[in-house]
Amino acid sequence: MSAEPHIPDKLRELLESFDGVTGREDRMALLASYADRFTPVPPAVAVRPYPEANRIAFCESEAYVWGVPRQDGTMKFYFAVENPSGVSAKALGAILDRTLSGAPLEEVAEVTPEIVTRLFRQNISMGKGMGLSSLVERVRVLAEKATHSKQSTP
Amino acid sequence: MEPISQRNYAHPEALVSTEWVSEHHNDPSVRLVESNEDILLYSTGHIPGAVQVDWTADLNDQIRRDYITRSGFESLMSRIGVSKDTTVVFYGDKSNWWACYAFWVFQLFSHTKAKVMDGGRLKWEKEGREMTKYVPSYPPTPYKAPERDDSRVRAFREDVLKHLARKNPLVDVRSPEEYTGARLHMPNYPNEGALRGGHIPGAKSVPWSLCVRPDSGEFKTAAELEEIFKKGAALSAEQEIIAYCRIGERSSLTWFALTYLLGFPKVRNYDGSWTEWGNLVNVPIEK
Repeated sequence: MSAEPHIPDKLRELLESFDGVTGREDRMALLASYADRFTPVPPAVAVRPYPEANRIAFCESEAYVWGVPRQDGTMKFYFAVENPSGVSAKALGAILDRTLSGAPLEEVAEVTPEIVTRLFRQNISMGKGMGLSSLVERVRVLAEKATHSKQSTP
Repeated sequence: MEPISQRNYAHPEALVSTEWVSEHHNDPSVRLVESNEDILLYSTGHIPGAVQVDWTADLNDQIRRDYITRSGFESLMSRIGVSKDTTVVFYGDKSNWWACYAFWVFQLFSHTKAKVMDGGRLKWEKEGREMTKYVPSYPPTPYKAPERDDSRVRAFREDVLKHLARKNPLVDVRSPEEYTGARLHMPNYPNEGALRGGHIPGAKSVPWSLCVRPDSGEFKTAAELEEIFKKGAALSAEQEIIAYCRIGERSSLTWFALTYLLGFPKVRNYDGSWTEWGNLVNVPIEK
């Protein structure tokens, strides 16, 4: 039997706080409050038109992700959401930035797309869920690749 | 664009302007309903007095791929404070895809006091009209709905097969790339599981977007729609027509345009659409 993945503490705590929200309206309001705090990628990191390499495939919200290495060996994650109606993607981007930026990369690499269901519950369509899951997966892969390159550095 | 009353629609009463909504959003006999693709969009701001009806969480059964039952619809109407006498006005993003979808689902339960706000969120926002984050609540109503009637405006796969055998017309409202089979999904959208690409044999390609003005989201005039559907696609009011897309949202908009704006009385929406047809074993597909 595989061990429980060790995800970053900030994300675990946030997910636990969402678990306590039972009403749909309250959950949506909480997610929307994260969307309100979404900060798009700064020009120092990327400018429009954003590179296709950073684009999340099949995400209807036209989301982009960047992972910038920090001196302490962690990463700062940046997001852009070009579809103004892509509020769910903005909420998720804000959550991932707040909980995964600066976290140990080995732990970020353990985060799975299942967190989308834990955050949104059944209030999300299959198509939307697939796009948001791709966003999480891209962050996970960025962390995993960075972890591998760290390990292969003599 | 000219006022709705001057566009020569067959049933102009099914469409209201943003001005009309602005004048009626406090009218107790009117309930504004916002339906969007993204469930969080309503939380960022909506028309004062509007409630949210989400296509996934509210209108679809949470286990089966089907719509809510009579009791589910009654609960929904009670929750949003709608009685049989309430006029429900739908609006939303994406040029009213989901507003028309919700309107269509309401017709399965014969709530005919229903209208769509022309131009949806896009037009309301462009006009700088008032938005609020305040979520209203209304006293619950004792709504009694009839059993859901899928026979009038909804088509199932068996209906489509019979329709094909009779050589009746189908309208494929997806993008041209989806119609030809070059794509299994809308550009930049995920593939929601269709194994085969193409279209139902004989279906005419009339993308939904031809029905609306891209700058304002407003429906085109009856004359413009006639040019598209009567001249361009050779459809007529006497025919039985089935519209489809990917999961039935875009085809709801076309169903609305054909039924209410052009007055075609025998149009059904195949909500199984390509996510069903593109996975069915041994059904005909044309590329």
